[in-house]
Amino acid sequence: MIDFELSENATNQQRMIHALAEQAMRPIAREYDEREHEKPWDFLTMVWQLSGGNPIGGGEKRPKEGPSERNLMMCVSIEELSWGDAGLYLSIPNSGLGGAAVAAAGTPEQKERFLARFSGGKPKWAAMAITEPGCGSDSSAIQTTAVRDGDHWILNGTKIFCTSGLMAAEKSEGFVVVWATVDKAAGRAGIKAFVVEAGTPGMYVTKVENKLGIRASDTATLVFEDCRVPHNNILGSPEVPKTTEGFKGVMATFDATRPIVAASAIGVGRAALDFVRDTLKEHGIEIRYGVSTHRLTALERDFMEMEAQLEAARLLTWRAAWMMDNGLRNSLEASMAKAKAGLVVTHITQKAVELLGPLGYSRTLLLEKWMRDAKINDIFEGTQQINQMIVARRILGYSSKELS
Amino acid sequence: MVNFKPTDEQELVRQTMASFAREVLRPAAREADEKNDVPETVVRRGWELGLVQSSIPEPFGGYGDARSAVTGVLLLEELGYGDLSMALHLLAPRLVTIPLLFCGSEGQQKRWLPRFAGEQFVAATAALTEPRWDFDATALTTRAERRGGDWIITGEKCLVPLAATADVILVYAETADGKAAFIVERGTPGVTVGERERNMGIKAVATHPVHLADVRVPADARLSGDRAAMERLIDASRVGIAALAVGVARAAFEYARDYAKERRAFGMFIAQKQAIAFMLSNMAIEIDAMRLLVWEAAWKLDSGAPATRECYLAKHYASQAALTITDNAVQVLGGHGYIRDHMVELWLRNARGFATFDGLAIV
Repeated sequence: MIDFELSENATNQQRMIHALAEQAMRPIAREYDEREHEKPWDFLTMVWQLSGGNPIGGGEKRPKEGPSERNLMMCVSIEELSWGDAGLYLSIPNSGLGGAAVAAAGTPEQKERFLARFSGGKPKWAAMAITEPGCGSDSSAIQTTAVRDGDHWILNGTKIFCTSGLMAAEKSEGFVVVWATVDKAAGRAGIKAFVVEAGTPGMYVTKVENKLGIRASDTATLVFEDCRVPHNNILGSPEVPKTTEGFKGVMATFDATRPIVAASAIGVGRAALDFVRDTLKEHGIEIRYGVSTHRLTALERDFMEMEAQLEAARLLTWRAAWMMDNGLRNSLEASMAKAKAGLVVTHITQKAVELLGPLGYSRTLLLEKWMRDAKINDIFEGTQQINQMIVARRILGYSSKELS
Repeated sequence: MVNFKPTDEQELVRQTMASFAREVLRPAAREADEKNDVPETVVRRGWELGLVQSSIPEPFGGYGDARSAVTGVLLLEELGYGDLSMALHLLAPRLVTIPLLFCGSEGQQKRWLPRFAGEQFVAATAALTEPRWDFDATALTTRAERRGGDWIITGEKCLVPLAATADVILVYAETADGKAAFIVERGTPGVTVGERERNMGIKAVATHPVHLADVRVPADARLSGDRAAMERLIDASRVGIAALAVGVARAAFEYARDYAKERRAFGMFIAQKQAIAFMLSNMAIEIDAMRLLVWEAAWKLDSGAPATRECYLAKHYASQAALTITDNAVQVLGGHGYIRDHMVELWLRNARGFATFDGLAIV
């Protein structure tokens, strides 16, 4: 039955995380935007202890019977955290994208070996390294190599734009999942993922980027020079298949992560929208729903447009998460949500700066920061255009060869 | 708990409507538009399908269950997908039955509802819109005043579907105690139905201006619902219009998509060009976005909670998106899109109306 009411469980969690966002994130949001490359250790440690290393909001494991709410609750929680601050949210220690890859493609032994560490001890991060200086969206053009040498793989290459790469590779007992090719001639089929433990000789962080936004989160360049990793750190089979099924399997992790990125985007957009609404209210301006459109002020029109767009993005996101929770394939819907949310919040936050004029442009408020933070959602985890492409191929029934 | 799956029963309704839209409405749509007429057979088949009777509860001669806006919007999307113009004709009696269910007393329901649950289609309609550029549904210029035991209604209405043949017209007017709806029977003195209007779209359905000069109706012609019930009726109207818009947009999208996969240019299908493919992917995303906004608004309405904001935003979002999508569908077909041999220009003309349409409380 069609229903848009969150379960009691989800509502409670939402309330709890909202309080955290309001009390622990907002007060330090500006500070750690200005002090780029410094980490809010007190906050990070507190969240680590609070969450026990689980991605916040993950809730219960998938139940044996009945529908799960795991992905939906994750989206609800991440919207709240990003409402607090997107940069801080991204820097929270947990198994992150690297852990998601292990969970999706790892053997039971690998899951135990790599993921158990996140349930205690000191804060840890796990990162994912895909992008290279010469290839971003076209991840099949990866140049980093992995060569078998007895019981080891030897990695060589350079990875950039690795979120939390510094924390995962050098500042904690975490790991980095590195995509590399074992057979360049095989194209996509030759691309494999390898877990590289923090501190492995031959892995170096050579740069931490200065960015437009999400400055509290580190974005690292990792260089691999004859970096030796044990053979059993490869995720999935070392064989190079005739088909690209293996690569598709890795890409499928995006089905789970894109709704999460969309949810984070929505949190930033909502922060801006809430702020504008509150400010207008303080000055006696209430948005009038229901009146004839020609009587609306330009301000009301803009605001309602922002509001409807944000809600549309949220519903697309919830649907993608709900499908996942119900065991339905959601590649199309996940890309729809991500494409819509990234674009919508980019526009909303830009408009919000405009609506409050000089106040919006000033660094004394957070509006300009939200606009800078929002933009990343239109880029990472598949750019706007890549997600449009995925949607287009799906609705047209085209392969990547037929539509490129 | 959040859920995006219609019930089995709703799914059955949706599928039934989808086949009707595909097999009956769509094949007749072009000719109906050109001839400004809805074929008798279509009216009959729509009636046989129970489009009106299903809105009337069993005690009043119909076979409707509890009214559900969610079921309603599922049904409307499919009918809008088939053909907006004919759908509005077939659904016109619901402009009376649904308000009776929202706002009518039991006596009023008992008296009027069975009339529309008989052997065949009986035309009925509602008059809300007024012929002025700054029409505002929240501040009507049509007035009703108490005189003795009766009400006297005066005003100008337009875009009244089937006004010339309607058995009753539900007239919306402002009173000293807020907006109200009055059942005005055919032939009541003072009611003049003007010449059929000529509109840009929805050409198959006959719409008329209606002039009301000191129209006297008895006290019990006024639906007994209070201000809140009236507002919910307007909410229902908005979400219904939005649902129809989703259907029209989807029709245009599918047509453009199929065309783009067959039309060749520069040695490939035009759908293989990003310029076209991305227009299509945007359409697909926006159609899902508008549908979900509609579902949420309808769900909110059904829940009994205030739903004005959701219904209002859904209507504005959907009417804008439907216009953009149908426009882009014409664009995908290029010159061919402008020619009346193809359907897309018809959908563009129909979609332009959604921002103007009001007072279609049919869910």
